[in-house]
Amino acid sequence: MKYVDEFRDPRAVRELAQAINRIALPRVRLMEVCGTHTMSIARYGLRELIAERAELISGPGCPVCVTPQGDIDWFLAAARLPGVIAATFGDMMRVPGSDSSLEQERARGAEVRVVYSPADAVELARRNPERQVIFFGIGFETTAPAVAMSVLEAKGDSLANYSAFCAHKLIPPALAALVAAPDLAVNGFILPGHVSAIIGSRPYEFLAREHGVPCVVAGFEPVDVLQAVRMLLLQIAQGRAAVEIAYNRAVAPEGNPKARAVVSQVFEVADARWRGLGDIPASGLAVNAQHASFDARRRFDLTVSPAVEPRGCRCGEVLRGAIHPEQCALFGRRCTPREPVGPCMVSSEGACAARYRYRAAPAGGEA
Amino acid sequence: MTRDAGPARDEREPRGALEGRQGRATRDVILLSHGAGGQLMSELIDDIFVRGFDNPILRAREDSGVIDVAGRKLALTTDSFVVAPVVFPGGDIGKLAACGTVNDLAAVGAQPVALAASFILEEGLDQSLLRRCVESLRAAADEASVPVITGDTKVVPKGSADKLFITTSGLGLAPQNTTISASAARRGDVVLINGGIAEHGMAVLCAREGIDLQLDIGSDCAPLNRLVAALLDAGCDVHSLRDPTRGGVAAALNEIAQQSQVCIELREEALPIAPAVNTACELLGLDPLQVANEGKMLVLLPEEQAEAALAAMRCAPYGGGAVMIGRVLDGPAGRVQLKTRVGPARIVDRPVGEPMPRIC
Repeated sequence: MKYVDEFRDPRAVRELAQAINRIALPRVRLMEVCGTHTMSIARYGLRELIAERAELISGPGCPVCVTPQGDIDWFLAAARLPGVIAATFGDMMRVPGSDSSLEQERARGAEVRVVYSPADAVELARRNPERQVIFFGIGFETTAPAVAMSVLEAKGDSLANYSAFCAHKLIPPALAALVAAPDLAVNGFILPGHVSAIIGSRPYEFLAREHGVPCVVAGFEPVDVLQAVRMLLLQIAQGRAAVEIAYNRAVAPEGNPKARAVVSQVFEVADARWRGLGDIPASGLAVNAQHASFDARRRFDLTVSPAVEPRGCRCGEVLRGAIHPEQCALFGRRCTPREPVGPCMVSSEGACAARYRYRAAPAGGEA
Repeated sequence: MTRDAGPARDEREPRGALEGRQGRATRDVILLSHGAGGQLMSELIDDIFVRGFDNPILRAREDSGVIDVAGRKLALTTDSFVVAPVVFPGGDIGKLAACGTVNDLAAVGAQPVALAASFILEEGLDQSLLRRCVESLRAAADEASVPVITGDTKVVPKGSADKLFITTSGLGLAPQNTTISASAARRGDVVLINGGIAEHGMAVLCAREGIDLQLDIGSDCAPLNRLVAALLDAGCDVHSLRDPTRGGVAAALNEIAQQSQVCIELREEALPIAPAVNTACELLGLDPLQVANEGKMLVLLPEEQAEAALAAMRCAPYGGGAVMIGRVLDGPAGRVQLKTRVGPARIVDRPVGEPMPRIC
């Protein structure tokens, strides 16, 4: 971890925070749209370090959190089908659907497997030819290439018992929807490092050009995040709006064309529903016609009743950056990682879970 | 039992329309998370076992029960081992079964006198694997100078168990004149540990899931009775001991903080974490404080004895990496917090259930 330690050096963090606090500006609101940024900001207490100059808010950057309840219910219904192995990333296990979760379905007898990569799910299909393996493909531009690869692999091996449930989302259209919303006052975006490593920095340029919102692509260590904040504040102070990269060690302006090519081979851009943001045109991916036989939505004709969002849960507003998690009346009371009401509390990258897990210890008295 | 200070308290408030959304369902059936050493497991033990078998010794919730028999303080403990895979880097289920029980005795300061071992075998199990595990159990018991004096064997149909399960019980002699207990930590105590954390959990996770991170991580599985004996022989006034297995250091210290009604503060920069373990935890999004250990002992004793205790530990087997990682502060009672390198102190919770690696 020596390489990373340089970006966690407490002295470098303090010096950057001081430099940020010295910039002569009224306090600004900056939004990050990446679960790993959410975690890093909460874990290192960065919000408090620069509180006098900037308010850091979380946007729709947690892949589990933006997955609509209807998709979760669909996958739970699929997991209950006889002969099915439901394969998923670990962080979906405890996410509540309308009346259950994958963890509970597993306890009741469903075959639910946690995998670390979609390729493991293809391997499950190979080893269990008599079962149907369905992979729950969620996440942004970052995870989509691996899921696309899994479909290509299954196709190459003519595996008739593998399919992917595609619930992938695209970040730039979500940001377009956010800046168009009347209730959002954001002075700058801290852009996701992993997503940008795939798509590059150009797809964000409309934010600066058309909406005048400064943007900086950031890495995930405390020094990375603060460096991006400083660059955003300097843009604001100079009256500029541009898309800059503070994460040059991983992100190039053109991104990763190879990964994008794999994605466009298997998926096509489609309208998508986001929890909290609603329906956004051309903001998701769907399996294309050439790979229709590997599309779980087409293979399994399941209808689920319209999902009802849990009463009192304000995950939607948290995901839009309209409120901080603490402003939800359920936060830390009825909604905890132990008994999560909404997805933002269950995913480790969710704004609510990160804020709860890394909550500051008050100097005395009860927490 | 008292619950967490802070937000957990509010969970006992009457629930409204949300009652049962997750809550009722999680009480219906046993989830894997009920066995993960976290909050769910603690609630299960309170609600069903402590209530079911209620007595003062059980209620103390120590790693071993201590009972007076003919003027001697005997410690008794039992532990079942269901690890998958059965063989992992740094050990196997047999070594684990000996060490886990020896360490549960050590956590009340007891030296082991005898072990019992029961085997549940799945039809079709390779006998050479069983032989290997028995040999490792024997070797670890020999190292702890304790014989296996009785046992039991059952065979179940294929699919009713995963290869083999082992239950070991241990009888030990506890110190006559002092009581080492999770409820005996006091303000002014320091927290010591005998080396790097999270090694067992990460070794098993990587082996089970076939994750090859090109990192050399082996389980820390080891018998710690000599380490504890060295502390007691050095005359250290040990208040609390706990081996931080499932749920990791976070769960073990939360139990001590609650049972002793104290606040424990850890210093992030003092936590011993091997670089490979840290990297694996970072990659999988796991908190090393919540990952299991099988050869570590948390030691709480008065600050003025810290140097003597560290010196004694460092000369004992498996104590070479002993360090001080925190201290016991004035309230709020029941809280564990971490003084981070950057920024303010944060709360360290027990994990809820199984550690779940994150997406990307």
